[in-house]
Amino acid sequence: MKEALKCYTEDPFDYGPVDSVLAKYKDQKGATIPILQAVQDEYGYLPYQALERIAKVLKVPFSRIFGVATFFAQFHLQPRGENIIRVCLGTACHVRGGAKIVEKLQEILQLDVGGTTADRKFTLESVACIGACGLAPVMMINNDTFGRLTTQKLAGIIENYGKETE
Amino acid sequence: MSHRRILFCAGTGCISSGALKTRDALVSELEKRGIRDQYEVVLSGCHGFCEQGPLLIVHPEDTFYCGVQPEDMAELIDEYLLNGRVVERLLYKDPVTGERTSDHMKIGFYAKQKRLVLHNCGVIDPENINEYIGTKGYEALKAALKMERTAIIDEVKRSGLRGRGGAGFPTGMKWEFTFKTPGDKKYIVCNADEGDPGAFMDRSVLEGDPHAVLEGMIIAGYAIGADEGYVYVRAEYPLAVKRLRIAITQAEEFGFLGSNIMGTGFNFKINIKEGAGAFVCGEETALLASIEGERGMPRPRPPFPAISGLWGKPTCLNNVETFANIPLIIREGADSFASVGTERSKGTKIFALTGKINNTGLAEVPMGMTMREIIFDIGGGIRDGKQFKAVQIGGPSGGCLPAELLDLPIDYDSLTQAGAMMGSGGLVVMDENTCMVDLARYFLTFTQNESCGKCTPCREGTKRMLEALERITEGKGESGDIPMLEELANSIKDSSLCGLGQTAPNPILSTLRYFRHEYEEHILEGKCSAGVCRNLVTYHIDAEKCTGCRACTRVCPVEAITGDKKQPHEINIQVCIKCGACMEKCKFDAVILK
Repeated sequence: MKEALKCYTEDPFDYGPVDSVLAKYKDQKGATIPILQAVQDEYGYLPYQALERIAKVLKVPFSRIFGVATFFAQFHLQPRGENIIRVCLGTACHVRGGAKIVEKLQEILQLDVGGTTADRKFTLESVACIGACGLAPVMMINNDTFGRLTTQKLAGIIENYGKETE
Repeated sequence: MSHRRILFCAGTGCISSGALKTRDALVSELEKRGIRDQYEVVLSGCHGFCEQGPLLIVHPEDTFYCGVQPEDMAELIDEYLLNGRVVERLLYKDPVTGERTSDHMKIGFYAKQKRLVLHNCGVIDPENINEYIGTKGYEALKAALKMERTAIIDEVKRSGLRGRGGAGFPTGMKWEFTFKTPGDKKYIVCNADEGDPGAFMDRSVLEGDPHAVLEGMIIAGYAIGADEGYVYVRAEYPLAVKRLRIAITQAEEFGFLGSNIMGTGFNFKINIKEGAGAFVCGEETALLASIEGERGMPRPRPPFPAISGLWGKPTCLNNVETFANIPLIIREGADSFASVGTERSKGTKIFALTGKINNTGLAEVPMGMTMREIIFDIGGGIRDGKQFKAVQIGGPSGGCLPAELLDLPIDYDSLTQAGAMMGSGGLVVMDENTCMVDLARYFLTFTQNESCGKCTPCREGTKRMLEALERITEGKGESGDIPMLEELANSIKDSSLCGLGQTAPNPILSTLRYFRHEYEEHILEGKCSAGVCRNLVTYHIDAEKCTGCRACTRVCPVEAITGDKKQPHEINIQVCIKCGACMEKCKFDAVILK
């Protein structure tokens, strides 16, 4: 079953972080999402073992936890890159050429949207709107926002985050 | 010694334009001159004029500078702050007249606005409760706590305030339902899950004036008899979350929140829940499910949340902007509030102006203003002198309105009649280079992606509509596609479980209503006149404009461009992969689409 779900697993697994998150939240009502958020903050993604542990401690079926974890866009079941590039594909960015930005990034990083580079330096994602429409097209790298993008600007920006471009 | 106050806009827009770096530069330049203590440097909320960011305003004289960069700060201090000589080049320049002005109220973008809800945004430091109190903050709460609960509800009803989140349900009625439902425990929930692409007013209010939202929620809690509230805010808005947290802590310290509020025996606490990224959670029952820790899927209504909401308790759920209106109504009175707006839509509405418009940003205007005034007077018209084609209002649930409707006064009812909806108030302006079929496809991609999958019409229907639109934009459309889309759209509208599915067909229906010829052109003639749909256009070089600079030949990844130096080039359309690289590179606009 583990294989069928294609969850990334680590062996041996360090349960320390998930257990301390659970200790903090387990008596709170409706804490599933804050728990998953906190666990993801710890590991950088939601490891399969951590989800199992959450289900066990909260005494709910694994399917419930898995269901929530796969429902929301914020949660990731695979490890992600050191730098997360999120390209906005909101309406304002769309009409100002957001799709071209994504294409160019895919070309630079040799990645599909949702993918992570082999060296785990970058993950490329798209996001529906980051609310900085005034500066469209926009992308975020980690917590930095870059606005008024053009395809020419991208390589330079990415380079600052450690991507070597020829 | 007179202290001067320098306000930096620290909304997300200006921060991404580099406002914090400019602020740091100003502070260090002030320190270098040993005059740091004479100036108060404040990070405020959003001024709204994101296009011109970073922005700063110097008080008391109210001088407005825009596009301020770190290297400008030394000059600003030496010329302006110390010697009173205005730095002309940093003033706002009117794109039409070319005139510069230091008074931002004279700028078209601000002059026509009526900033009631946003009156504190960009004026106060949102992380300092004393500044909020200094602008009549929490006075409405003090007044409300002396009123009868029913009197508060009546006041809100009389004001005519309607929900600012989209559907426009009368807020007072919602409060009354929740008030009248018996129950020992009731909840107030603030919907700050602003997921509409192209809308950021809730974010700006939370970032710029978080106490106004809290005050509205506390008043609502008192009026309906709730002792606990939740703010459900997108995790993608870290700054808003941070400022809300600070505001809650400060309000508790000042006794406006917590137990025995202002000695009246009324208890109210507010929790923050961070959403995890699902558009459907803007729907109220889905939002409640998500607070409860479940998948954010909607459930059938009735029962409405006012009867059975969070954990089965009566729950009053309003949007950020709605709550931010409440202190105003209680403080200034329902009559004063209702004096602004149209007969059935009272007060103001904040719109997010984006797309191919000169002045992008946030604008608060009285209900009933025409689209033309908003787009051309406030928004400064269309970029690069292009032709206005349509405005998309209301996000993925809304519709596209054509130029013929520019003089439509905007309120809830007029928009619904025109086939759009108020939604959260995103206005995305489109010019002649936007393909309406592609736009409908774009929105459907979004709603299809965000469909939670619970009900069949939305889950399957949006997929089928998207397939048809993809076919059409790829040039494989069939003549039966238009009637099929219409039929599907109408049945999805009628039979979906929640607002997401019920409104998902709006972008298709409204573009079919006003831009049917574009669909027909794609299907029957295999043409996309906007030049967007890749399969339907070919790239050519205008021999008159081409200077033979060879810039395009160097960027073409497939070597489709040939021609000698200083001679007009040609594109071999058999080889061309239509990547558009040549068009972007060309400085002479010689690459054209046919």
